[in-house]
Amino acid sequence: MKYSIQARARPRKTENPLDGSEGNTLLTELVSTREAYGQTLLQLGRENKDIVVLDADLSSSTKTRLFAAEFPQRHFEMGIAEANMIGTAAGLATCGKVPFASTFAVFATCRTFDQLRMSVAYPHLNVKVVAAHGGISVGEDGASHHAIEDVALACALPNFTVLVVADAVETREAVRAAAEHVGPVYLRLSRPAVPAVYHEGCDFVIGKAIRLRDGKDATIIANGLMLSRALEAADLLSEEGISTRVLDMHTVKPLDAEAVREAAADTGAIVTAEEHLLHGGLGSVVAQTVAEHRPVPLRFVAIRDRYARSGKPDELLEMYGLTSRDIASAVREVLKEK
Amino acid sequence: MTEKRLSLSELQGKARCLRCHVIGMTATAGSGHPGGSLSSADILAALYFGVLRHDPNRPQWEDRDRFVLSKGHAAPVLYAALAESMYFPRELLYSLRKCDSPLQGHPDMGLLPGVEASTGSLGQGLSIANGMALAGRLDGKDYRVYVLMGDGEVDEGQVWEAAMAASHYKLDSVTAILDRNRQQIDGWTKDVMSLEPLADKWRAFGWHVLETDGHDMEAILKAITAAQQVKGQPSIVIAHTTKGKGASFMENNLRFHGNAPDRAEMDRGLGEVRTEERCKVCEVQYPGPC
Repeated sequence: MKYSIQARARPRKTENPLDGSEGNTLLTELVSTREAYGQTLLQLGRENKDIVVLDADLSSSTKTRLFAAEFPQRHFEMGIAEANMIGTAAGLATCGKVPFASTFAVFATCRTFDQLRMSVAYPHLNVKVVAAHGGISVGEDGASHHAIEDVALACALPNFTVLVVADAVETREAVRAAAEHVGPVYLRLSRPAVPAVYHEGCDFVIGKAIRLRDGKDATIIANGLMLSRALEAADLLSEEGISTRVLDMHTVKPLDAEAVREAAADTGAIVTAEEHLLHGGLGSVVAQTVAEHRPVPLRFVAIRDRYARSGKPDELLEMYGLTSRDIASAVREVLKEK
Repeated sequence: MTEKRLSLSELQGKARCLRCHVIGMTATAGSGHPGGSLSSADILAALYFGVLRHDPNRPQWEDRDRFVLSKGHAAPVLYAALAESMYFPRELLYSLRKCDSPLQGHPDMGLLPGVEASTGSLGQGLSIANGMALAGRLDGKDYRVYVLMGDGEVDEGQVWEAAMAASHYKLDSVTAILDRNRQQIDGWTKDVMSLEPLADKWRAFGWHVLETDGHDMEAILKAITAAQQVKGQPSIVIAHTTKGKGASFMENNLRFHGNAPDRAEMDRGLGEVRTEERCKVCEVQYPGPC
């Protein structure tokens, strides 16, 4: 990849403030994937004049304002009309532009599914849908604004590449990779600032999982803000003598089936962790691959067929079973079946 | 580019030719949407042979005018116009809706040269046209974007989102044409979902509105030419048409919205569309009716 940074992924032990952990050790820098998106988009705008940006009255939240301020002619405010925004992006793409269309994840998919399908996926147009506010960590706005179906919807569209990023460094790489990739991309960001997983850069290649830690007893496959929690879980388990591999599966589609097969073969048990409904998300696609190629015991950390409530992000993640402790429990469970 | 402008009677002849193809193609396929294709045949003939700046030898020419068929179910008449413009051989028209054909039931821009947008789920073409117009503005191009919508189609909310945006961005390179044939699948538009006062609605959304008889070639050309002169706002031509126009038994007959004529109906329809001047092109190329 032209833009990949050579520095290796160097995860370090973190304490996750979103877990509501007691204590004073905020060792980890908290960074916003949205901010990273806005900054990277601005850089890309300077490098490539064909990049254009569309917003649906949320440019202050999606952080595309940076781009809009420098390139007002190339930024199109479409108002609260997401369907039209996607169709307009498609029209721009037919003329060689590289449109980035941004809004909250829930509106970017649920509200526009037919436009994504008919006007973008089917004609394989070069539209990038970058969705801020994925998952339930959106928090207090409640279920109307929680995107818990978006990854499943995006994955259901032929020709779409689906990315879920974990931190600011990975966001920068993913946005650049999305811009280089020819074809529709769905990229999911988070609302809250999240713990940094990558400190100096990451070798981000679409469709290629990143092995953050190796282990022999089980593999945790995670993405988004669940990735730092997966690393914490690995730390917890390590203290109990359980050795886990941790994979960053930032690309949900096309899935890195080889990495999943290897994980199944090498460790014999897999736990997935995602901030999304179980149905149709990371766990589902990993399970399909495992079932087809290398059946091993599986457990899934995900939201179970329900909508979440309003609350603080850390409270919600706790309430709906998305903590590092939940991941560690799932690993202990799955090990019983080996 | 279209080398020479056709005369009025030649354009009318092209419209007849498109109608022959629509009837022949859908009858051969055994399915399709002849009604809304026939209602827009004069509009397509006017555009492809009298208005559009395009070059069938260079379908991706950057400076070409764009035509978006938002009412994608009228694919047969679009395919006929493209074939008659020599984007591909006429023989291909009669592979409509067959598995190995690039002539899909609804237009697929990836399969057929000259198709500018994949459509079929209604209400999306105007948004796409707006995007094309915005790109043209950014690139300093002077191409125009035409989009054909059905009247039933404007039931869709996205049309009005796009109408607002075209006006907000003052997209005077966009000309929408509304095929006002007054029918949709479930009946007359006035019974399914009232549209009137339709012209006032578009005016209220900031559009310059023209109305014309959608089967009068001279009037269609005059309306489109007038639309081209409008500055600072998008324009729409509301073309009053008859669904199934050209074959008396198909006119205003809802059966032919989404059903093809059978063999006998095809022969009858072609007999009515053809005038005493037989279409030499079809006589040579089309094995069936002409």
